[in-house]
Amino acid sequence: MKELLLIFVPLLAAGLAALWPYNRTRPWFLPAAALAHALLAFGLLLQPPAAPFHAWLGYDPLTRAMLPAVSLLFLCCAAYGVPYLRLRAERSNRVFVPAFLAALGLMSAAHMARHLGVLWIATEAVTLSSVPLLHFNNTPRAFEATWKYLLVGGTGIALSLLGSFCLGYASLHGGGTGDLTFTGLMAQGAGLSRPWVLIAWVLLLVGYGTKMGLAPMHTWKPDAYGEAPGIVGAMLAGGVTTVAFTAVLRVRAVVEAAGAGVVASRTLLVIGLFSTLVAALFLLSARDFKRMLAYSSVEHMGILSLGAALGGVGLWAAFFHVWNNSMTKGSLFLSAGNIRRAAGGRTIDEVSGMSVITPRSAALFVTGLFAVTACPPFGPFFSELLIVKSAFATAHGWAAGFFLACLLLAFFGLTRVVFAIVYGRPRQAARELDPRFRETLAVILPPVVLLLLSLWLGLATPDVLREAWTAAVQQLSPTP
Amino acid sequence: MNHPLNLLIGLAMGLNLVALGTSRVPTLIRVAAVQGMILGIMPLVIEHEWRVTVLLVAAATVAMKGVVIPSLLRRAMRTANIDRDLDPLIGFLPSLLLGAAGMVGAVVLARRLPLLPEHHESLLVAGSLASVFTGLLLLIGRSKAISQVCGYLILENGIYLFGLLLIQSVPLMVEGGILLDLTVAVFVIGIIADRIQRAFDTLDTRKLTVLRE
Repeated sequence: MKELLLIFVPLLAAGLAALWPYNRTRPWFLPAAALAHALLAFGLLLQPPAAPFHAWLGYDPLTRAMLPAVSLLFLCCAAYGVPYLRLRAERSNRVFVPAFLAALGLMSAAHMARHLGVLWIATEAVTLSSVPLLHFNNTPRAFEATWKYLLVGGTGIALSLLGSFCLGYASLHGGGTGDLTFTGLMAQGAGLSRPWVLIAWVLLLVGYGTKMGLAPMHTWKPDAYGEAPGIVGAMLAGGVTTVAFTAVLRVRAVVEAAGAGVVASRTLLVIGLFSTLVAALFLLSARDFKRMLAYSSVEHMGILSLGAALGGVGLWAAFFHVWNNSMTKGSLFLSAGNIRRAAGGRTIDEVSGMSVITPRSAALFVTGLFAVTACPPFGPFFSELLIVKSAFATAHGWAAGFFLACLLLAFFGLTRVVFAIVYGRPRQAARELDPRFRETLAVILPPVVLLLLSLWLGLATPDVLREAWTAAVQQLSPTP
Repeated sequence: MNHPLNLLIGLAMGLNLVALGTSRVPTLIRVAAVQGMILGIMPLVIEHEWRVTVLLVAAATVAMKGVVIPSLLRRAMRTANIDRDLDPLIGFLPSLLLGAAGMVGAVVLARRLPLLPEHHESLLVAGSLASVFTGLLLLIGRSKAISQVCGYLILENGIYLFGLLLIQSVPLMVEGGILLDLTVAVFVIGIIADRIQRAFDTLDTRKLTVLRE
């Protein structure tokens, strides 16, 4: 039952933080709970517990392959959160800290959910707990972003509930007894009613795809990432999207067991390629460097979807990419947060010459850019290379070509924005603004650690992770 | 035995059309509330024996969908001082016609889907699809935040209708969790709508255009 602590420790910390009376010391709950969570998650990675067949929540291979990445990212964000919230001492963090911790607990629950209904409940709860995080800045723009997040995300999540019901009905129609655990549904296999499975797949893909930010359901993403504080953006891009990806994979395994795996793979392939294309085109015209990160996230969700569509090695590479995406995106969002704070602006029209004002963050941002655009020897290069290889191996050469073209366009778009804000002459506004911001070790170290982790994943992927990903692939497509 | 249930579903479907046709926000809120209450009593019609848990779920649904959420919306409406949703993105007549077409489409589609024998005579699937469609139409077509929230409520009602197909097989805990989540969602949406009203001094979501490419 140790795995349930992954849910309850952060939730308990959230409760305590809500009751804690001192604004100054409350942020320390973040690293404390995050450290406990990370130790637990990695302990379970090394010594996986046996997941009972019909348990509603369990640390199964799929959870094991992805949750530690989220935990690691959260730990770095939490460490960054302490100095960040000290800078924002003018705002009460009484809601922010508990909501952030609750999001971690609920994300663990969503990763571990092995029941269709529990998965939906946990995902919806993650969505709701991140609402106070989005409008922490309390500006009209932040409320606008939150409103769009709620309406688009809420509709998506409502459709995924309808999809869950359809899948449940598929099971009932096929003579099921109302066992809605994923293992139960997979065991029913071809007995599931095919029309209902297909309807359920479409609705669930749209629903959880909205949460993931796959195009064309990505419209909330630039607004939310642009307006949210850096640590929230990092958590959304590296954590919440991973939750939704897990959900898509779990549902897809059921659809595959029901004999509609070809349809599922084809839709994932199309939606994945479409997402990378849309992201690449928007990146070419992006001017705001935080919104740019959102489109980059859409692109990486497309890559995950493509990997999942290819199955086998591609799916393995997708798990690899989940880790790489979490680490590199985390480092980019945190260093972008530093730059944004020091620059007092966010578009390439307002910001330039940041290599003079914040040399360390700017260096990190540029290095992060190379990592995220898959330059060797960072992790994303190896995972994306593996996806391209597996595309060629499964006779999807045209998809690989299209994918590489999109990556190239995205690279142009990203470098254009990043170099525009890093080089050139510093603007007067940035020189005068916010003299309190110093690049202390506390705000530099977390993104550095994340970037080093990304490098380490690329150069020396630990064997335990390789084995965990292989086990997860086997769980999703058991060979008869 | 399906007769009283189908009557209730028919009523809910009729309310969809009222919601699409009205320009008055109070009417829209009332429609969503009445529809929620009708949905709340449906489990009592479906279940033959009234267990305590069924009564509890029904009471909670009626209280939440019929009383608590609508009063929250009415309060928001009063502070924002709006009465009518003028200039919707999709006009009232077109949306009414679309809604009617959607209703017919839902009935036709529901007939073509494979259903369990005990659901053959029931309008549950058709009513559910029609309500989901109506909800989406309101979400897209209306410009005031409160009208969009009502659209979201009707969308949720449609999903709830579909959930009734599974009422015998979904564990109560899951159902309770779903109900709780949806309620909190609407609360949060209501609070954000209130903040938007304060920040922009309007609940017109067409004014939310700062963020775009």
